[in-house]
Formats: sequence, C-alpha cells, structure tokens
Amino acid sequence: MTEVHALIGKPWRKPSFIKRPLLRWAIIMGFFVYLIAAYLTIEVNWSRVYEGLERGKKFVLAFTNPDFTTRSGDIIEGMTESIIMTIAASVVGIAISVPIALGAARNIAPLPVYLICRSIIAVSRALQEIIVAILLVAIFGFGPLAGFLTLSFATIGFLSKLLAEDIESMDKVQAEAIKASGAKWTQWINYGVQPQVMPRLIGLSIYRLDINFRESAILGLVGAGGIGATLNTAFDRYEYDTAAAILLIIIVIVMALEYLSGVIRARVQ
Amino acid sequence: MPMQDVKGQKIWQRRTGRESLGHWVIWLIGVAIFAYCWQQISSATTWFFVWDAPRIADDIWTRATPPRWEYISQLGKPIWDTLNIATLGTIFSLILAVPVAFLAARNTTPSLLLIRPIALLIIVSTRSINSLIWALLLIAIIGPGVFAGVIAIAIRSIGFCAKLLYEAIEEIDQTQVEAIIATGASRWQVMAYGIVPQILPAFAGIAVFRWDINIRESTVLGLVGAGGIGLQLSSSLNVLAWPQVSLILLVILAAVVISEWVSAKVRGAII
Repeated sequence: MTEVHALIGKPWRKPSFIKRPLLRWAIIMGFFVYLIAAYLTIEVNWSRVYEGLERGKKFVLAFTNPDFTTRSGDIIEGMTESIIMTIAASVVGIAISVPIALGAARNIAPLPVYLICRSIIAVSRALQEIIVAILLVAIFGFGPLAGFLTLSFATIGFLSKLLAEDIESMDKVQAEAIKASGAKWTQWINYGVQPQVMPRLIGLSIYRLDINFRESAILGLVGAGGIGATLNTAFDRYEYDTAAAILLIIIVIVMALEYLSGVIRARVQ
Repeated sequence: MPMQDVKGQKIWQRRTGRESLGHWVIWLIGVAIFAYCWQQISSATTWFFVWDAPRIADDIWTRATPPRWEYISQLGKPIWDTLNIATLGTIFSLILAVPVAFLAARNTTPSLLLIRPIALLIIVSTRSINSLIWALLLIAIIGPGVFAGVIAIAIRSIGFCAKLLYEAIEEIDQTQVEAIIATGASRWQVMAYGIVPQILPAFAGIAVFRWDINIRESTVLGLVGAGGIGLQLSSSLNVLAWPQVSLILLVILAAVVISEWVSAKVRGAII
C-alpha cells in the first residue's frame, strides 16, 4: 500500500531505456563530449562543399538522363568481366567452403581439425576484400584472376562460418539413425547431415552470389578487374551520365538477384 | 518410393530416373557455365606472372617484415579520423534511416501504394552500392577529405539500418499499439508510447552492429582519398614502403578485432 501512496499525486513517466541513471547520464555525457571532440578535429572545407553542391545537382539530374550508349563498349566489357568473376568465384568459394564448414562444426570434426578450420575462417573474415585484392594484385598482376581469387577467399569465410553454425544446430537424431544402420562416414554425411543443411546452403550460396557481385564492382578500383575501373574513369572525367548508367545497371542487377534469391529461398525452405 | 529392379531384387534409390536425369542436366549446365567463366578469366590472365607468383610473394614478405614500428607515431591522427568517419557516419545514417524505416514498414507507412515503394527503392539503391563507390562520387562532388568519408558511410548505411529497422517495426506486438490507441492517443503519441519502446532494443542493436561494419569500411575509404588510415595505406603502397604497409595492416586488423569485440559486448548487454 505504501508504494501506491508514494505514487499518488505524481504524474506517470515513461521508464528510460537504460535503467541505471548514473550509467545513462555517463553515456549521454560521454556521447556529447565525443561529438564536440570529433567536430573540432574534423577539417571541412565548407566553401569547397558549397561549390560542390552545383555538381551534386548535376549528378542527381544525370540519373534522370543516364547515358548508356557513348561508352557502351566499356560498360559491356566491364560488366561481363564482373559477372564472370562473380560466378566463377562463387562456385569455387562454395566448393571449398563446404569441407571447411564440415571441419569447423564441433559435432562432426575432431578438435585439431576444428581449430584449423576455425582459424582459416577467422583470417578470411578479418581481412576486407579490397585489402586482399591489393595484395593479390601485387602478387598475381592486374586482371580478373586477382579479383576471382579475392572473392573466392572472402566467400570461404562467410559461407563456412554460417554453414558450420547450421551444422552444429542440426537434429542429432536423424544423423544417429543413419549411423546406426551401419553407414560409412561419407554415407553418414551424405544421408544424415546433408539433407538437413541443404536448404540453408542453397539460400546462403545465392545470398553470397549477390554480395560477390556487389563487391566485384569495387575490385576494379585497385586493378583487380570488373566494372570498377570503368566507373572510376567515368568519375575522374566528370562524366556523370555514364557513371549514373553504370550505377543504375548495378542496382538493377542487385535487385534482380535479391528477387531471385527470395524466390529460390522460399521454394527450398 | 523410387526403386530399381536388380535380378528380381528391389533396391532403394534416392531419386526416380526422371529426377536424376533432371539433376544431371542442371549439373551439366552449371559446369558448362563455370568452364566458360574460367576460360574467360584464364584468357585475360598473364600466366607468366602467375607462375612467378610464389617468388614475388616471398619477395614482398621479406620486404614487409619486420614492420616499421616507429611509424605508429604518425598513425594516431588517421586512426582518430577513421573512428570519426565510422561513428559520425553511423549517427547520420541512423537519423536518415529512422524516417525511411517508418515509411517502409507496412503497419506505419502513410501510403502502401505510393510512399512504401519509394522508401524501399531508397533502401535497395543505397544498399547495393559499395561505400567506396559512394566515396568516389562524393570526392568528385565535395572534394577529398574526412567529410566525404562521413557522408559516404552515412549514405551507404541507410539501406542496411532502415531494412533491419522496418522489419523490426513490422514484427511489433500490435496489441500494445491498440491499447495506446484505445486511450485516445494521437498518431504521434501512438508512435512514442506504443511503437518506439518495442523497437528500441532492436534499434540499439542495429546501431552497434552497423558501427562495427562501418569501422571496417572506413579503414579502406582512404584508398580513394576519403580520409582515415586508408590514406596512409595508399601513400605507403604508392612508394612501395612495405614495412609501413605491414604495420598499417596490423593496425587495421587490431581495429577490426576491437570493434567486433566492443559490438559483441554491447549487443550482449542489450539483448
């Protein structure tokens, strides 16, 4: 009753998201101190920004009138190379990541194999595509091979990790039933494990194909092949209408892939 | 159940004949496409360089080790810039993403036919273009520097944040919203008391998750001139100062690991 008496006469207030007041105020204060510090140390050339607004307007207008024709040869060449790199890298990456995923699942692999596979995944996930691409271009020379290897490498980290997590959370009973019938190890994987993780594998593969295409668009910036080089040239020459055309093509392909992956995932799951 | 007769004995099979034929055709097409792609890549490659690759890799490795540790004294400001690009970029993108998410969610959008498709278009187009491309574009427009990096990260993150946020809005518990409406609350009061408290944990999680990704992305933005530690990386690469490159790569790796750890801790505390 005393609680109710204490509350009477006081208007109700929405409870805060962070309950402890001290922590809440510390976070808010720290946030503002950081903002001020960041604002003071960032150098912005406002007159340059203001000048740029005109060009920004031109670029936005270019989207209403993209120029597909003037550089159509370069665009087609770059796009085909991007798509080819994407497909080849996805296939190879998925093929390599399946055994690594099996090795990185604790319920299938023994501890030494598990640790090796997990460290491969960690290395692949920690390095960004563009940095890997720089190193591989330095080693293998310019061209789509470096891009292909970069994307394959990045695919391994992504796909193996998520697939291994799916394998670890699979239904043990089915796999044990296959084992009890006297199956060999390969048969056990093929009939006990694979059917359980197949929908997820297909879904992830398509999703990764989508990511690989998006990434392939920037690899050209460091000389690893694909549409990026054409795009970079278009920006350097202030040919905004060509750049807008390339960006529109990228957006349309990504949207198509996303739609396709939605349809396929809905069918297999 | 598909069966096969072998000398009068029935043997179980996984697929019927027609099914396995279909599978075989799909595999054949897949292999043919891959072979074509590989042939294209192969013809565009100078194989002499590839056979020479182990020697080059070994050469780079000997040049790059040990890293030039004393160079780290010059990396303080670039690291601070990188942190600023990621953090300010995330803040700006969240400010822009919240209205987009409310316009895109089925249960809060003012118009399903007109405004929702526009919001979805914003989400898809900002998401499908990499932050490096946004940076290139902004450098051409507003000049090189940290500011271009902040805006590039902000634009790139809108789609990601808005997509996750509008999915969270669509999954809210509608009964709570109805209870608020029943008290006679206005549209904005329903937002503030019925919807926002339900999506706040998701919002905080998304913010930290995206901040972690943005730290990664902002480390390389300097490669195209948008500020941060990538500028040092690109200038070191241009003068082939491999010991500096290896030190910068180590710093980037450390930044990525630390940001991932922080984001995992914070998300663990929220959820």
